Amino acid sequence: MRAFSYEKPADPAAAAARAAEVEGAKFLAGGTNLLDLMKLEIETPVHVIDVNGLGLDEITETEEGGLRIGTLVTNTALSADSRIRRDYPLLTRAIAAGATGQLRNKATTGGNLLQRTRCPYFYDTNMPCNKRKPGSGCGALTEGAFSRQLGVIGTSDACIATHPSDMAVAMRALDAVVETVTPAGMTREIPIEEFHLLPGDTPEQETALMPGELITHVRLPAPVGGTQEYHKVRDRASYAFALVSVALVRQSDGSGRVALGGVAPKPWRSDAADKELPNGASAVMSVLLDGARPTEENAFKITLAERTLAAMLKEA
Amino acid sequence: MKFTQPVDSNLFDDAKVVGKPMQRIDGPLKVTGTAPYAYERNDAAPDALYGYPLGAAIGHGRITRMDAEAARSAPGVRAVVTTLEIDPLEKGINNVARLFGGAEVQHYHQAIAVVVADTFEQARAASALIEVDYEEGTPADLDLDAAFERMQGTGEPDTLVGDVEAAFRDAPHVIDQMYHTPAESHTMMEPHASTVDWSDGEDMTVWTSNQMINVNLKSIAATFGIDRERIRVESPYVGGGFGSKLWLRADAVLAALGSRAAGVPVKLALPRPMVMNNTTHRSATVQRIRLAARADGHLTGIWHEAAAYCLPGGRGENPTAQTPIFYAGDTRRVKNHVVDMPLPETADMRAPGEASGLMALEIAMDEMAEALDMDPVQFRIINDTQVDPANPDIPFSDRHFVECLERGAEAFGWSKRNTTPGEQRDGDWLIGHGVAGAYRGALVLPSGARAILDGGKLIIETDMTDIGTGSYTILAQTAAETMGMDVADVEMRLANSAFPASSGSGGQFGAPSSASGVYAACMALRDKIAGNLGIEDASFNGGRVTGGDTDMALSEINEEVSTEDAIQWGDFQKDYAMGTFGAHFVEVGVHAYTGETRVRRMLAVCDAGRIINPITARSQVIGGMVMGVGAALSEDMALDRGRGFFANHDMANYEVAVHADIPEQEVIFLDTLDGVATPLKAKGVGELGLCGVAAAIANGLYNATGIRVRDYPLTMDKFIDRLPAI
Repeated sequence: MRAFSYEKPADPAAAAARAAEVEGAKFLAGGTNLLDLMKLEIETPVHVIDVNGLGLDEITETEEGGLRIGTLVTNTALSADSRIRRDYPLLTRAIAAGATGQLRNKATTGGNLLQRTRCPYFYDTNMPCNKRKPGSGCGALTEGAFSRQLGVIGTSDACIATHPSDMAVAMRALDAVVETVTPAGMTREIPIEEFHLLPGDTPEQETALMPGELITHVRLPAPVGGTQEYHKVRDRASYAFALVSVALVRQSDGSGRVALGGVAPKPWRSDAADKELPNGASAVMSVLLDGARPTEENAFKITLAERTLAAMLKEA
Repeated sequence: MKFTQPVDSNLFDDAKVVGKPMQRIDGPLKVTGTAPYAYERNDAAPDALYGYPLGAAIGHGRITRMDAEAARSAPGVRAVVTTLEIDPLEKGINNVARLFGGAEVQHYHQAIAVVVADTFEQARAASALIEVDYEEGTPADLDLDAAFERMQGTGEPDTLVGDVEAAFRDAPHVIDQMYHTPAESHTMMEPHASTVDWSDGEDMTVWTSNQMINVNLKSIAATFGIDRERIRVESPYVGGGFGSKLWLRADAVLAALGSRAAGVPVKLALPRPMVMNNTTHRSATVQRIRLAARADGHLTGIWHEAAAYCLPGGRGENPTAQTPIFYAGDTRRVKNHVVDMPLPETADMRAPGEASGLMALEIAMDEMAEALDMDPVQFRIINDTQVDPANPDIPFSDRHFVECLERGAEAFGWSKRNTTPGEQRDGDWLIGHGVAGAYRGALVLPSGARAILDGGKLIIETDMTDIGTGSYTILAQTAAETMGMDVADVEMRLANSAFPASSGSGGQFGAPSSASGVYAACMALRDKIAGNLGIEDASFNGGRVTGGDTDMALSEINEEVSTEDAIQWGDFQKDYAMGTFGAHFVEVGVHAYTGETRVRRMLAVCDAGRIINPITARSQVIGGMVMGVGAALSEDMALDRGRGFFANHDMANYEVAVHADIPEQEVIFLDTLDGVATPLKAKGVGELGLCGVAAAIANGLYNATGIRVRDYPLTMDKFIDRLPAI
């Protein structure tokens, strides 16, 4: 871990302004991912802006009948909230499928969206990684590399990393909106589908946030009802990232929404694929995973995603 | 004491302490966090500074330049030692790669520098400032399958009995399959760690986490070229080893070099991401197994050929270890090839040989039972042997494998299982049941101890370690039994090189060997006490010594009485085959859509002679069963074949079983006694619990789905395309 300076700003706008002003600054919330990455010198901020204590830790009801979640609401608090459990059970199920109780107690809503990939080449500073060190190459795409866990769609020749979050997959299925404050003190709204970027030639750019911009809330629209399930598939029964996860909202008429985790650099969903839901898992996946470019080691994720959804459609 | 003939009756026959369930005596220290582990020896070395290692960034090659100036001038740094500054150190016992010194890089994360600083964070930060240039070695062929293809049929067989080709030609039933087991990491909870005081470059004290103190002592002496008398090694508590801490490792070497350079005691733990490539692991294996059988189920041919890898000069893994001896069979050919590969060092991991060998052989046995249309329990029973099949004059000392299978089948409800694969469901889950045989050798080693009677207290000193296995407890039980005393009056002092050399912990030889050593020392103490008192035929009971006219409490003996002895093993044991035996039964659920596989219940039946303490023995067996679940379903060191290193080198990506993976586990110990094995008629059991578990799960997966998976781990990517259509 490199030495860094530290400050606690007075309010969110001041935090954003300071983050834009100091080059190499990072926000610290729960720290469950940032601190690990700093110890390994994957993240090397020179200045840490601690946003804990800025409020932003409440869940309030919106005029549209939805909920507005403060960015510092912990994963534990969010998943346990009675309104979330009643009206957005998908979110509770997704959060509970991730990490461990201890981590969820510390991890925050905004921080969860911003966590970095667990690609082993990103995590080993001896290895090339375009995300960690732009231009150094993708360690996972060389001959003989280990890519079983990595992405099959939305990836590029520069990066095949996945976004590791379970919560974000549910947020995508629920059409959440990310609210921010910019360094200039303005507020901004970013639909979740536009929040995470695909890698293209610039895998180091992971979100639509501008330098210094701070997430303040994540807003959920009015409840969509239906049956909501989250099936996370992994080799061991707990404490592992998804090989494939499927978030499903299914209405009684057979319509609904499907989002995937573990397959792409962002939660993976499309309107066109949602429309195929009444036609079954195969129809959905042939649209949703159209254009997939798996490696030999992770091609099974295509089959696995379809079969996982098939199981859920039968159960739903 | 020399063990010169099979023991008939002795004091353990009416044991009051040995064989009784007893909670581990070091338990309170551990649950209160007060057991002093190697990295936390603030009691012994309160002024220790922090060492941090740097590992090589390439698979193999040479270092052409190192620049540590920035590290040396970083805040808090007291010393930096780079590998280019010293000649290659001598290797310790059973080390294959050198642990430090010189420009050659033999494997990824091989230690190339150590930084000593006032704080852990300063040492870690400074280590990242060291600049290293490399010249990468020629890319190596790391394809074990290709190596097996090349070597198959070459070399003298390790075991050859009869005309195996003819047997296969003539047999009505033959199977011939390839099996793969992956590289596995010990992944013990406590990483390799040492605190070393070599401040003056003269005498050295090493507080470490190690399984074999005497071997460690000799290795340190060889590594640094100093007399053993000037070194003290202590390892009173070890947070798991599984073979990873049998031999000297880089943590102690780097802490010693750092201590000498900085002139202060230094403590150093290997960072978790370095453990898998810096230390040792179990080699992956490729195995071809051919079985031939008559229609009545008798095996007429067993042909097992395998390959594993290691660095030049290493031992690899021998997955054929059990094949010469586990089952009867008229003919047999066994051969293991060890292929040189520039990968991290392969060495012993829990049940080296049998663990990976039975993963394959016990699937093959299941396949042959199916080919014969025979119950796999019955098929194994038919092929039991009471003699070494290659040397029929050599009987097993004590073998109750058949009883393990029969007792297990009864307790598990084996007869009630569905026998047609793929036909039992519980909702979306396909349910299956599997069985596998378990075998692990019963090695014993010489082991010494000192017994001291002092004011009614018995003190036992031996360099035996307790790696979480229960040594403190079972040795105290053995000593108390032998002396006719209460366990509460026994003080155990372990794992210090100042004490008599023991077997150490490994190969499931630790408990039988060291308990026999403690027995020897206590018998010598009895003789000495009796001699001092002039008693013939003294008996020791209830804390008293009686005989002739004497009947006195041991607490009334005012003079300290001390003896030292060791158990030595007589040649008569070579007239016997000694082993431990078991049977594993599992119920497995396989998700019909996703292929997720979870174990739903587990039973082990173990035949390992007298069980000294059913609580600690059970803990060992269920721990082995947990390791077997990991081996079956998730553990896999992922080799980057281009770069020659294991990419998933942390506990997030190398998936051992977690609590949610483990169902109710049942263990049955057969009430057996092996008077050939040890004076206690006891054998080890710590590795038996692992042997065969993974194959039972693989066989259960087959019974659940009708899909035979011969490559571990049994992850869905290997069979999802063969699951029922959706």
